[in-house]
This record gives sequence, C-alpha cells and structure tokens, in this order.
Amino acid sequence: MRLGVLCSGGKDSWYACHLAMQKEEVACLVSIRSGNEESYLFHTPDTHLVPLQAEAAGLPLVTAQTDGIEERELDDLVRAVRFAKENFRIGGIVTGALESVYQATRIQRVCRDLGLWCFNPLWYADPEQYMQALVREGFSAVISGVAAEPFTAEWLGKRIDEPALAELRQFAARHRITLTGEGGEYETLVLDAPLFRKRLVIEDAEREYNEFRGVLRVKRARLEAK
Amino acid sequence: MILLVDLCREPGSLSRDEFVGPVARIVERAGLPWRGIHFARAGTADLAGVSGIILCGTALQDNLFAERVDEMAPLFDAGLPVLGICAGMEALCIAFGGSIRPASEIGMTRIRREAPDPLLGDAGEFDAYELHSFACDPPAGWVTTAVSDTCVQAARHPDLPLSGVMFHPEVRNDQVVERFCAFCRESGSADRRG
Repeated sequence: MRLGVLCSGGKDSWYACHLAMQKEEVACLVSIRSGNEESYLFHTPDTHLVPLQAEAAGLPLVTAQTDGIEERELDDLVRAVRFAKENFRIGGIVTGALESVYQATRIQRVCRDLGLWCFNPLWYADPEQYMQALVREGFSAVISGVAAEPFTAEWLGKRIDEPALAELRQFAARHRITLTGEGGEYETLVLDAPLFRKRLVIEDAEREYNEFRGVLRVKRARLEAK
Repeated sequence: MILLVDLCREPGSLSRDEFVGPVARIVERAGLPWRGIHFARAGTADLAGVSGIILCGTALQDNLFAERVDEMAPLFDAGLPVLGICAGMEALCIAFGGSIRPASEIGMTRIRREAPDPLLGDAGEFDAYELHSFACDPPAGWVTTAVSDTCVQAARHPDLPLSGVMFHPEVRNDQVVERFCAFCRESGSADRRG
C-alpha cells in the first residue's frame, strides 16, 4: 500500500516513517505548518525544516499552512491529506501518535472520511524500548523545544544520545514528565536517520528560553553527505 | 500464558504493533507470559499451557477477519476463556450466530453498564476509547452488559467464559484486560488442581 506519513520533523513521525518503510511503500510526507505555537494537533518548532528533511530522505512533501485554531486546523489537514491522496495515490496515512487520544481521534476521523487507512505504529509503545531503539538505530534527534521543569536552556539543541536518555530517565522518575515527551514536555528535531541519504547540519540557531519553556529557533541549516 | 490473536489482514502487518502490542504490555504488567499468532494460523495453534485467549482489534478499514471467522473455530472450541476486543468481539459475535452491521464510533465515548460483568468492574458508567466501523448484534442468549448511545459495548456468553468489548480497553481501561488475566490465572490454577 502506498502511504503518506504525517511529518512534524520530530522523532516520532520520522521513526513511524522508518517503521512504515519496512512494511509498505511510503509515497510522500504530509506536513502541516501551524501559526499557533500552542497547537494541540501539530508540533510546531522548526517545521520549516521538514522540506530539508524530506530532501535528505528523498521523499516528496505535501505541505499546508494552518493558523492553528482548534478544529479549524483539521480542515487544513483534510486539504493536505486529500491532495496527497489525489496526487500521490496513497491508500493510507501513518502518524507518530504515541498516546494522544485527542490527536489520534481527529486523524482517524479524517482518514475514515477520506476512505484511507490509518496506521499508528508507535501507539502505546513501551517508552523505554522506543527511546532505546531510537538511539540504537542511529536516529540523531535534538531537543527543539522544552515546556516543563526541570529542563534548562542547555537542553535546547542537545542530542538525544545515551547520556541524555539517562538524564531524561531521571527527570521522568523525579518530575511529572514522560520519557518520550508525549505530554509536550519537550519537542525534537531529527537531523539524521537511517532512511536519510544526507544529514542536516544546523549552521545558525538561537535559543529562546524563560522559566522552563523555550524553543530552538534554527535560522540556517544545510544538508551534508553521510 | 495468554494467547494474543492478531486479527489484522496479514501476519506481521504495520497495524500489528498498534493493536497487539499495547495489549501485550498490559498482559506483561499483569505478570503473565504471552504468545502471539495470526488468526490465519489458528487452526494449527499450540494451545498447551494457554490459560486464556485475547482476540485483538484491527484498523478501521480492516475487516477481512469478518469473512474468515471459520478459521478461528479451533480457538473457540478449546474451552478456554476468550476476550474479544473490537474486531475480536465482532469475530466472537459472528462465530456464535450473531451479526455485525455498519456503525462507527471514534474517540472517547460514554459507556453505560447494563448488567453485571466481572471484566467491567462496578462503575455504572465510564469513558472508553472507540475505533470501529461495525457494531455487533450479539448472538441469541448472550448477555449485553454495556452499551453506548450507538451500539452494544460489551457482551458475554451466558455460561461459557467468552466475552467481548467493542471499545479498546488497552487505551485508558487497562483494568479490563487485567481482570481477564486475573480470571485466567485463577481458572488455570483451578484446572491444575483439578
């Protein structure tokens, strides 16, 4: 089956894409750029880099802009997914949803209404096993946003590797955060993945941070050979 | 040991981790080992050491299992406790003479308990995650134990340990699977005491 992968640029959508490629044919990515940083549905930091990631992966990209107003952003999603269905002949959508019933419910309904299959290969995945697999399998994801104690500004831009994962485990144990960032405690940007032919290099970025909330604003990035 | 039956249209599909994986993790947390098989292999399933069977759900568009329920008959004839989840409930329903009809619910839904059901606990009402495009009209004689505004949400055989739930207990209602595991553990122990 030809599939479109909903891609925010973060670890969950790229790992879901990686899993989908092992079973089916990924025909395109679908990315929604939201003007609302508080969007419940779409991850926001650095979605402007998804086109560069798509190029790195050699995958066509369908993008749509949304003002991110609750429920109206669904119309923008429908528009993008319908375009992917008509132009890339996809039979289904893949998401990186982990446990968000809000997100899954809305995307399932969109797929049902458009006659598409919906795949969520990370749904209720074991957090520890998933994060270990991500690191072990060569995904290079950096923290692109934080929104919870005890994340300091230094976390913005930090790569999720074994030492970072060990710290995240401690955070999860001591604070009310999830290991995967499922609750929006942190967001990620994927710079490299097994399915990438090239890797992203951040050339210029700025940290915006105040009281445990912050984003990494990537101003310039490029691709380099692997 | 719990046997988890994958009802997705083909073995090892992209949907497997979405519908079998979360149930497997609840079974593990309940302290029971599990083994998975695809429904197409039910006829050759090794049931030695199995104390209960869970038929897992499928993607909304995946209804192939409903045309091949006969292949699952050896599982229903084994005399073991069976819990059908969503597609699994539909399979149980068809196998025992009930029917399914188009009726879709997606997302958190209010469930009302209609009759005592050890798997559902004591709450008169609760919220549960739905993801189905068909609903069950249970077989004659089965007890409907819970409903939503749209359809039957839980039903059980009047005498045998066969139950189905239309909602997905692996999302926010783990205790349904945990109670099933506890029942299987107890009934398995009783069998061994013989």
